[in-house]
Amino acid sequence: MRGDLQKDTNDMAEIQIKNVAKTFGAYQALHSIDLAIADQEFMVLLGASGCGKTTLLRIIAGLETASIGEVWIGGRRVDHLAPKDRGIAMVFQNYAVFPHLTVFENIGFGLRMAKMPNDEVKRRVERTASLMHIEQLLKRYSGELSGGQRQRVAVARALAMEPDVILMDEPLSNLDALLRLEMRAELKGVLAESKTTAIYVTHDQVEAMSLADRISVMHQGRIIQAASPIEVYRNPAAQFVAGFLGNPPMNFLRAEKAGDGKWNVAGETVDGPRGAEAPLQFAIRPEDMQIADQGLPAQVRLVEPLGAHLLVTCDVDGTMLRAVLDSDLSLKAGDHIKLAPQPDRVRWFDPETTKAVA
Amino acid sequence: MSPRLLPYALILPVTLFLCVFFLYPFILVSQQAFGSADGWSLEHFRDVVSYWKFPISMQNTLLLAAAVVPVQLALSLLMATMVTRMQKGRDLVLYVWTIPLGISDLAAGIIWLAIFEQSGFLNSMMVGIGAIDSPMPFLSYQNPGIIFLAIALAEIWRATAIMLVILVAGIGLIPKEYYEAAEVFGASPWQRFLRVTLPLLRPSLQTALILRVVLAFEVFAVVVALGGSQFPVLMSEIYAYQFDLQNSGAAAALALIVLAISIVFTLVILRALRVPKGATI
Ligand SMILES: Nc1ncnc2c1ncn2[C@@H]1O[C@H](COP(=O)(O)OP(=O)(O)O)[C@@H](O)[C@H]1O
Ligand SMILES: [Mg+2]
Repeated sequence: MRGDLQKDTNDMAEIQIKNVAKTFGAYQALHSIDLAIADQEFMVLLGASGCGKTTLLRIIAGLETASIGEVWIGGRRVDHLAPKDRGIAMVFQNYAVFPHLTVFENIGFGLRMAKMPNDEVKRRVERTASLMHIEQLLKRYSGELSGGQRQRVAVARALAMEPDVILMDEPLSNLDALLRLEMRAELKGVLAESKTTAIYVTHDQVEAMSLADRISVMHQGRIIQAASPIEVYRNPAAQFVAGFLGNPPMNFLRAEKAGDGKWNVAGETVDGPRGAEAPLQFAIRPEDMQIADQGLPAQVRLVEPLGAHLLVTCDVDGTMLRAVLDSDLSLKAGDHIKLAPQPDRVRWFDPETTKAVA
Repeated sequence: MSPRLLPYALILPVTLFLCVFFLYPFILVSQQAFGSADGWSLEHFRDVVSYWKFPISMQNTLLLAAAVVPVQLALSLLMATMVTRMQKGRDLVLYVWTIPLGISDLAAGIIWLAIFEQSGFLNSMMVGIGAIDSPMPFLSYQNPGIIFLAIALAEIWRATAIMLVILVAGIGLIPKEYYEAAEVFGASPWQRFLRVTLPLLRPSLQTALILRVVLAFEVFAVVVALGGSQFPVLMSEIYAYQFDLQNSGAAAALALIVLAISIVFTLVILRALRVPKGATI
């Protein structure tokens, strides 16, 4: 690929969001967000619909003003600047590819606004178009494109600006599943190549895991945890994160103190945190359990063969728990089994604060 | 009924209505215009066109349209943009701005006459503040410019709202995301207007302009109220042929000329504001 799409490497584009909050009337959409994103990092904002992802992205873009707080890009405070002066480009959820302009003029829109000479516009448009594999569509109008092609135009338009930061709001959510998979891989490659800092909003955890250098999990206008995908998955900082990530999500069981570092979970004694006194939540991922002679007593309620493995829903001491087990097992509803959690994968949460306990 | 026939059955009433009240009168008018004592002829057209008042009434009509329509276009675009941006009171402002639409054109002419005539508001006000010593006859034959101005003002006041309503509806259909994309990619508010609003508004602009231009060629009551015989226009000439001169053949011929002009302008507007092939707006 072409090296000249890489931006100037002295030009650091780290982003700092300091104590940003946003209220719409009486409704507080964002509460005191603090987030630092490194130069060239791919940051994914992940959360359920309505948690404030778009609002945060629009504040970074300058399409929305924060009620309080500061936004810094590349060591420059930008929250009083117009979007065009922030060194950002954006890919919109519904693409926003102008219907009255050709693909060429769409990709070149920002360059034209920046009064770039014609030959430079042409050079950049053709280069980004070939990067996104749409060079044969340059004369078409958006009405003559498929959703996937429109998506490529939207990304090309952003890349053509050679921005410091590229902002994407659920860019793949309008594509069908197969196309989404393809575009996901391609986006990752193109963005890594362009060495652009990226902030990517999605509600799709698989998308987040596969793309991100780091994931910021958002919930009700707050960032609950910002860490690498594997860290977020393995060591959720709060019960919400544990329950949000993973399909099926983490299982929780009530645990009572049974001695120093010993906890009673469904009648079994399990090693756990030493400091805590009050009851805790014992947490384990479905794939981190096995059938064994010793373990949590469970009665099978539902067996769902998924090909590679079995998804088994069981009743453990009155709580429904899901386990992903070997597909060779012959289990049926009503069977009594013992489920042994893999000890290093067990996590603990304080039900009062919902935070993780070590 | 078979689904293939249903659409035709449904448009039948409208078609019949148009045939009875448009096509049939149109044929009658054409017959009158092209008819004469000895069969078909262009006699009426020759008469009408060679009459000394034809060039001046044609000129007046075109000048008035040329003065009024661009101002109305600019004003209605400005007003539509303002209304669209408004958070509160939007409906109220729109209602107030469209009040003139509910007033007949003759009544509108009379309202403006009450302002401009010798004993009118404008004169009493200017005398009152001491700007002039005695009331001036603004609308007399010595002041053709003021007559023109008064008519243009009245027309602008009366008929801008029809364009406004169409444009407000059109602007409302443009997705907000396009403006945000334009803003992020560096377009100033004025560039957003030129590069997003105007092109995406083309279908509404076509409708509004065609409607307004055609109506401008049919201007009559306002002109009669304010200009009387000082300012002949095509419509007042048709009226004069039909009712003063009792020459319905000539009136019909002139009416067809106005129709032809309207069609030509409609085609010009459609062509000028056409959407590029392939673009979907
Ligand atoms: N312009 C607005 N006016 C009022 N409420 C808004 C506005 N924009 C967003 N909200 C509210 O803020 C919350 C967060 O919205 P958003 O950032 O779009 O969520 P997400 O992108 O995570 O789905 C939602 O409850 C939404 O209704
Ligand atoms: Mg959103």
